[in-house]
Formats: sequence, C-alpha cells, structure tokens
Amino acid sequence: MATLDVRGISKTFRGTNGLVTVIEQLSMRADAGEFVAIIGPSGSGKSTLFNIIAGLETPDSGAVIIDGADVTGRRGQVAYMPQRDALLPWRSVIENAVLATIVQRGDVTAATREARALLDDFGLTGWGDARPAMLSGGMRQRAALLRTVLWHRPIMLLDEPFGALDALTRAQLQQWLLGLWDRLDRTILLVTHDIDEALLLADRVYALTPRPAQIALEVAVDLPRPRSYAVVADPAFARLKLRLQQVLNVY
Amino acid sequence: MRSEQAQRIAPETAIGRHIGEVQRRLAQAFPPFVLLSAMVAAWELIVWQLALPAWLLPPPSRILTTLLSNLPILGEHVVATLTVTIPGFGLALVTGFALGVLIDASPLLRRAVYPLLVTSQTVPIVAIAPLLVVGFGFGMLPKVLVVALVTFFPIVVNTADGLQAADRDQRRLLEAMGANYWQLLRLLRLPAALPSIFTGIKVAITYSVIGAVLAEWIGASAGLGVYIARSLRAFRTDQVFVAALVTSLLTIVLFALVTLLERWIVSWRDEP
Repeated sequence: MATLDVRGISKTFRGTNGLVTVIEQLSMRADAGEFVAIIGPSGSGKSTLFNIIAGLETPDSGAVIIDGADVTGRRGQVAYMPQRDALLPWRSVIENAVLATIVQRGDVTAATREARALLDDFGLTGWGDARPAMLSGGMRQRAALLRTVLWHRPIMLLDEPFGALDALTRAQLQQWLLGLWDRLDRTILLVTHDIDEALLLADRVYALTPRPAQIALEVAVDLPRPRSYAVVADPAFARLKLRLQQVLNVY
Repeated sequence: MRSEQAQRIAPETAIGRHIGEVQRRLAQAFPPFVLLSAMVAAWELIVWQLALPAWLLPPPSRILTTLLSNLPILGEHVVATLTVTIPGFGLALVTGFALGVLIDASPLLRRAVYPLLVTSQTVPIVAIAPLLVVGFGFGMLPKVLVVALVTFFPIVVNTADGLQAADRDQRRLLEAMGANYWQLLRLLRLPAALPSIFTGIKVAITYSVIGAVLAEWIGASAGLGVYIARSLRAFRTDQVFVAALVTSLLTIVLFALVTLLERWIVSWRDEP
C-alpha cells in the first residue's frame, strides 16, 4: 500500500484558439489502502490529471509524490486502466494480463501462473486463452482490471472503468470491484461522472470544477462497510449525493 | 456473471461457423463464374461466325489446345519466371519493410524520402528496365531488380502507414507501463501494422509476375516474357494468349498463398 500526494498541479495546453489551462493549482491525496473517487463534468481535465499521475504528461508546475518520493513525469509508478479497455486483440486474456510484466522485464512465467490463478476471481474461468474479441463488454473490463492488478503497483488509477457498460452489468461490476478491493489492499483512484458510483465505492470523493480543474468539494463518505446497493437508501447517502449534485451543478 | 458467461458462444463451435463460411463463399463465386463462362462462349461463337484468322483472334478452344500441347515448355518458362519473381519480391519485401520502419521512426527521413518515392513511381518501368539490362548485363540481377522496383513501393508505404495505425489508448497504456521504442514497436505497433503490411504485400504480389515477364521480354533466354516475345515474332497469337493466361494464373496462385499466410498470421482479425 502506498500514499499518493498530488501537490499544486497546473497544466496548460496550446490549443487552436490559444492557450487552454486544463488544471490549475490542483492538490489532492489518497492515503494507503484508500478508495478515492474523482467526479467532474466531461472535459474537466480528469484524464489529464490521470495522465500526469501516470507520468504520461509532465505538469507545468506542482509535483506527484508517492510515499514521500517525487515521481513527477516518471512512468510505470502506478497501475493505470484507460477509459476503454485497450486490450490488444492479438493477445489472449492471459497474455494481455501479463503485459506490464513483459514490458518491465519481470518473471513472465510467474505472472502467467498468477493470472491463471486469478481467472476465477475475475469471472473469467475458462476464458484465459480466448482473444478479447470473444468476450462480452463486462468480461473485457474485468480482463483489463486483471491486467491492472497484475501490474503489481500499490496504487491503481481507474479511468471510468464502467462508463461504456449497460446499467445491469455496471451494477454487477461495481459490487464485484468492492469485494476485490477488500481482498487486494490497494490504493484506488477512480475517475467517474456517476455520483452514485462514487458514493457506493469510495472512502472519499473529490468533485472537480469545469476547466480549469480545481477541487470544488471534498467529502468523506462515512457509510459503513462492507457496502452493498442498500446504502442508496441510507439518509447519509442521500445527503452526500445532494451536496455533490449542488456543487457540480453550480459550476 | 455466471449467466452472462453461459450466453457467450464457446470457441469450440467455430467449426459450425466455418461450414457456413464455405457455403457463403460458394454462393459468392457463382455469379462471376456464370458471367465468365458466358463471355468465353460468346468469344468462341463470334470467332467461328466471323471466320477470324487465328493470328488475329484465336478462339478459346484453340488457346486451350495450345496450352495443353505446350505444357512441358511452359513449365520450364514458368520455373524461369518464378526464379526471377521470388528473389525480386523477397528483396522488395526486406528493403521495403526496413525503409517503412525507418521512415516511421524519423520524421526528417519521411519528409526527405517520401516525395522521392512517389516520384520514382511515375517513372515508367519500361524505360528503366532496358537501362538495367545495359548496366548489369543479361544475368539474373537486372530482372530481379525490375521485380523489386515494381513491388517495392506498396510495401514501403503500407508499412509506414500501418505503423501509425496503433490505437491511441493502447499506446498510452504501454507508455504508462514504461515501454521503450522497441517494446512499443514489438508489442503494439508491428502487430497493429500487420493488416496494412499484408495489404501492401497483396498489391505488390499482383505486380511481381508482370514485372518479371516484362524484364524477360527485354532481355532473357528463358521465362514467360521470352515465350511471349518469340510467339509474337512467329505470329502465334494463341501462344500469347496462353502466356497471358499462365501469367495471370501464376499471379492468382501467389496471391492466394499470401492470403492464406495472412489468415494464419493475422488470425485475430477474423474473429467475431
């Protein structure tokens, strides 16, 4: 487990209509083993924030700090799951799952063994050697999550992992992710634009302003764990939801 | 989650899909087959009706008998043509692929080489081929070079284009994993480029036999090009048609081989 500390990040891009400031002086953190959700309107710079944490882009100012070490602009420090599953169609589920190990020249045999052992847990029993094209949408997302878990990083960034799924599959996967997180003991940072999803899953929720992104509101979700869909009926859930809705609508 | 899995068709039923695929293909092949048969029949009829001399336009039946009686000689010429085609195509494949990768790696090189490549394709090969024969003599080399020159271009362009085709999200994922240039190339960009590279190879292979025949026509002692030149001098129009038929059959066979290879290598593309 590890602590993620994002300090005063700003990022400006050169667009067709001049300079666009996407993120301005944004600070946030995720404690070890915490589940943190980030909610914001579309185009609010959530993906840019993730790219900066993943080391794909460098901020103009500010720093990304993991367990006290400055990792700004360094890649491979956190596990990252892009918005679409990004599974490679020519590799089987298992071969996709061990991709990070291959890139980082780790023990691929051991990673393959681990991936096979986790297939049951990820609801992919019997599909280890199938290519992604044969899987359903929900199975593809789970395969992509398996790849993210086998990246073996204490911090996982999930960029709208269930955004493209139908409501039913989505609900199933949220429930499943909760159980997985319980067992894994990892720090998770989840980007979503679904308030219910954020409140169901996270310990803490950050609401972002529209561009340039800043923290509009930070709320601690003090709902009891383990959670299930029953929390939706909890008065505390309704109260938090209302607050977030007000903040996200004001801007 | 269990029910979702049960609903997915298991990979084992692929055989059933395969039979359906064969039936579909046969149904597809039927209309062009009928049309071609009708055209050949009309040709035969017209030649007999107008009593055209064989040196002007031989009937299909005559072409067929010439083909059968010339089979042994044709076999030798086909072998000669293939010994020019295959090395020439192989040379184009290796150099074209390498240049495609280089062009992709260096924007400067792309800007420098691309216009020259396109311009080179506007120079008629009929003009270059005799110059090559003058320069390199009547051996294998000039003919192999002609084939390579004709087939090189589509391979370069499709390799360079294909390498740019990789999905952006997949690319960012591998970059986030810390992949370097070579890992990105091997794990993502080359596999993603394969469909495009095979398109280039298929275009190239259709030019390859024609290129070899052209080179042989200009200067050689054996090959389908030589056979055509000799037949023309002897006013054996039927033999020219036979040569055209054999050239086209040879091209179709090579094309089919490449397609089979493509299905085997890029198998992930045909999956549902």
